[in-house]
Formats: sequence, structure tokens, C-alpha cells
Amino acid sequence: MTDAYIVGVDMIKFGRFPEKTVPQIGAQAALMALDDCGLSIQHMQALYCGNLGQASGMVGQRMLQEIGQTGMPVVNVANACATGATAFREAWASVKAGLYDVVLAVGVEQMGKGLLGGGGAKTGIPKEGLIGSGTMPAVFAEAGMEHARHYGTTFEQFAKVSVKNHHHSTLNPKAMYQIETPLDEVMNAEMISYPNTKLMCSVNVDGSAAAVICSEKKARELGLINRAIKVRASVLASDPWQERDLVMPDVNSCTQKAAKEAYEMAGLGPEDIDLIELHDCFATAEILHYGNLGICKQENAGRMIDEGEVALGGRIPVNVSGGLLSKGHPLGATGIANIYEVSTHLRNEAGSRQVEGAKIGLTHVIGLGSACAIHVLERAS
Amino acid sequence: MSNQPLPAVPYLKIPEGAEPYLEGQKCGQCGSTFLGERSVCSKCGARDEMSPVTLPNSGKLYSYSIVYRSFPGIEVPYISAIVDLDDGTAIKGNLINVEADPEHIEFDMPVDVVYADALGRKDADGNSYLSFFFQPKT
Repeated sequence: MTDAYIVGVDMIKFGRFPEKTVPQIGAQAALMALDDCGLSIQHMQALYCGNLGQASGMVGQRMLQEIGQTGMPVVNVANACATGATAFREAWASVKAGLYDVVLAVGVEQMGKGLLGGGGAKTGIPKEGLIGSGTMPAVFAEAGMEHARHYGTTFEQFAKVSVKNHHHSTLNPKAMYQIETPLDEVMNAEMISYPNTKLMCSVNVDGSAAAVICSEKKARELGLINRAIKVRASVLASDPWQERDLVMPDVNSCTQKAAKEAYEMAGLGPEDIDLIELHDCFATAEILHYGNLGICKQENAGRMIDEGEVALGGRIPVNVSGGLLSKGHPLGATGIANIYEVSTHLRNEAGSRQVEGAKIGLTHVIGLGSACAIHVLERAS
Repeated sequence: MSNQPLPAVPYLKIPEGAEPYLEGQKCGQCGSTFLGERSVCSKCGARDEMSPVTLPNSGKLYSYSIVYRSFPGIEVPYISAIVDLDDGTAIKGNLINVEADPEHIEFDMPVDVVYADALGRKDADGNSYLSFFFQPKT
């Protein structure tokens, strides 16, 4: 099988664009990714389009109406918050399999404001606040409190994740926010679902990101190998059975499974990773994944944040983009946006937030329900 | 409209002339217990091995969150709790009769399952519902 490379990748600055349609938002990133590698829509042999909010709305085809209806095959993908990464992975798989030489993957989302999850009942009575909570801040708070019960992780340590990621976002012009949030401000912000305050919840934003994926042969033919990013591993996992599955969505075991398979596929280990973009949908979530991805033992996760090991300049910077907490979380776009972030560092083009000497990076997303996608990326030359 | 309250969730059973109880589905092959009817075991994939079991009204607090922001019309704060029942079945619900403050909530605190009206909630036909709650053992 051929190796697959990212030759073009970009994202729009995340924000709120109620005046635009979903296909229009997706089209922006698609054109930017094409421009990044100097190719046109006519070069693309297939489109893999990730979107959640209009999953039945043929977003990919409608996007091509905005940028060129070449007749290429289009696959529309929905996989909760792993939607963008899943679209990327389908594109990657098609190149790996030799079906196509050059394909386009796009992730796009237009979000409303407010709480996600825990919707009303169609029959009977609403269960929210009666049978516990199904809101996302509460679900991820419960996952964080599980970490707290096992390893003594504190509210302050969870809050420090948010301080770190908001700080990182001040260096990222494409983040929704570029605002420092000191620890006392994070801890004293409105409590949404203990221990997640408002500043510890990801931001609902509109956004899009796109990548052009190419076989090695084609990348060399087109003269695009110099800035190319090699996809060393692409792994998707669902949640293996766990005893509390039905009442407590499990983001841990599918991450552990995907990480193990990704390291095997890439032929390396967590000690070889220079930076990570992981799924910090809530501050409580980020801490779980330090251990799940193997960059420390589970019991040392709190110490990682206390000692700055996961901050820019630390041993293994996590979410230098600002993460979902401050860059924003347009569900279907997130998985490709974090691939853009890591690729930008591997290309040494990340400006003031550049992770010095980054050669290998890892991206991680979780779609609750659950889906975990992990990609290991490496600078080609 | 029913004169008797209806169960808030399908796994809450209200037998005539007897106390309400929670019902699980136990796999005869691997022994796992689930909330909700099914014919195939989610853990081991065994077919036609599931049979109903009455769940214990006693357990321990596994994890929780104190919910301060919910949807319009939902009273806050409340404690969303994950409880491991004495037979090992995990179940989610509201933890009541304890202050909504982490200082007063301890992991593994013993709790009872109690049954009460579903916070006054009624369906479109005006039916009342019976629900279950957790409260600290006294």
C-alpha cells in the first residue's frame, strides 16, 4: 500500500457566521486547502465531507455547487464530534487503498449557542434533571469526577487546563478568542456543572477546515512533497464494552484502544510525540487523555498540568491552538482543524506558538456515543 | 388518563399491590446486568440468554456532578449521580436529600434507592409518573 500525505491543509478563523450557509462555510476552507497546495477542484478525485448538524442534507454536494461540480464521488460523513476526523480518515483510506491519488476532506459546522445533549423526550415526560443529567457539561463533569475519585485530581487542576488553553489561544489568530483567563477567573466563573465552570466548557462556534490528501507518487509528481505531512497512523475505535457504558458514556477505553493501535501502526511510542491536539471539549476531559494517550501514568495527570509539562515550552505541549476551550468547537470541523494545527507546527509555520523542532504530532477527537479517532502525523522531509 | 402513576423509565416496574422496583436484564452466559430490555448481550454477544432480575435498592455513589445550568424549566441545582448498585449494576439518577456541595458528597457513600413522584412532571395527557431517586443511607 502507498503512503498517504497531506499536501494542502487550512482552516478558517472560527467565529459566528449566521449569515452564511453550511456549504458556504465549508467552501471557504476547501478553497484555502486547495490554495495551500496550488491545486484546483478539477484535480480532486473524490470528496469526503464531514458535517453533523445537516447530516441528511447532502452538504458535500451543495458545497461543490459553490466551488465546482466536477461530478466526483462525494461521501457525506457524520460521527458525532469525530465527524471531521472520520471524513479525513475515509479520504486517507481511499488513497491508501489505491482507489484515488488525490482527494479532498472537509469538515464544517454551524452551531447554535447553548447546552448540548440532554434533549427533551418525544413521549412521556422529560428526563433531564429527573434521571440525572444528559447535558454535555454534566456528562464530562462525571467523567472528570471519576478521575478525581481514582487519582485525587482537584477542581483547581481541572481549572488550570482552561488557563493553559486560553493562554495558548492568545497566540493563535484563528482561534475564536484570544483572551487570558487567570486561575481565579476560571474557578469563579459561573458554575455550569461542577467541576466545570463556564470557562471550562468549549465554545460553540461556526467553522470549517479542509485537507488535500495525496499518494506519495502523486505528491512527488506534483512537486508537493517538500511541505507534505506524512500520515503515519489513522485509527478509529468505538467504545468497547465497559460495565458503566449505559449510564456513563466512556471516553477512556476507546481512546486507550485507538492510541495503542495508532502507536503500533506508526511504529513509535508516546515518547516520540512532540505535540498533541486532543479533545478538550471540557477542561475535565483533557486531563483524562494524558493517561489515555500514554504521555504519563493516569495518576500523574494532575501533576502534568501543575508542572507545566503540557504547556507550550513544556515536555509535551497539548492544545497549543487554544483547544476546543478557546479556539472553539465546531463539531464537524474540529477533527480536521486539529490536523491543520499539528501540520502547521510540523511545517514550522506556526509563528509565535511554534513548538520548536516538532517532527511528529498526534491528533485526537472523541465523538460521544462513542467514537475515537487518532492520527499520527510526521514531517515528510 | 391513568389513575395509577406510570413509570418514568421502562426499567422501573410498578406491580399491582406490591412495591415498585428496578428491573435489570441479566445475561445467562457472562452474568452482566443491563438496564433496558434486549435479546443479545452487549458484552459477550450471547443470544437469547437475557432474563429479567430485580435490582437491589441499595448501592454506593461512584461519580457525580452538581448541575447548575440546565434547560429552561428544570430546577437547579441538582446532583446527577452514577451509582453502583449492590449487585454491580451501574445506574444514573438524581441524588437527593444531601446538600448540593462537594463538601457534603463523598465517593462510595452508601445510598438507598427510593421511589417518588417524578417532580410533578406530567405528560401531554395529564398522566402522573413515578420515578426513582438516590438518597444517603440513614
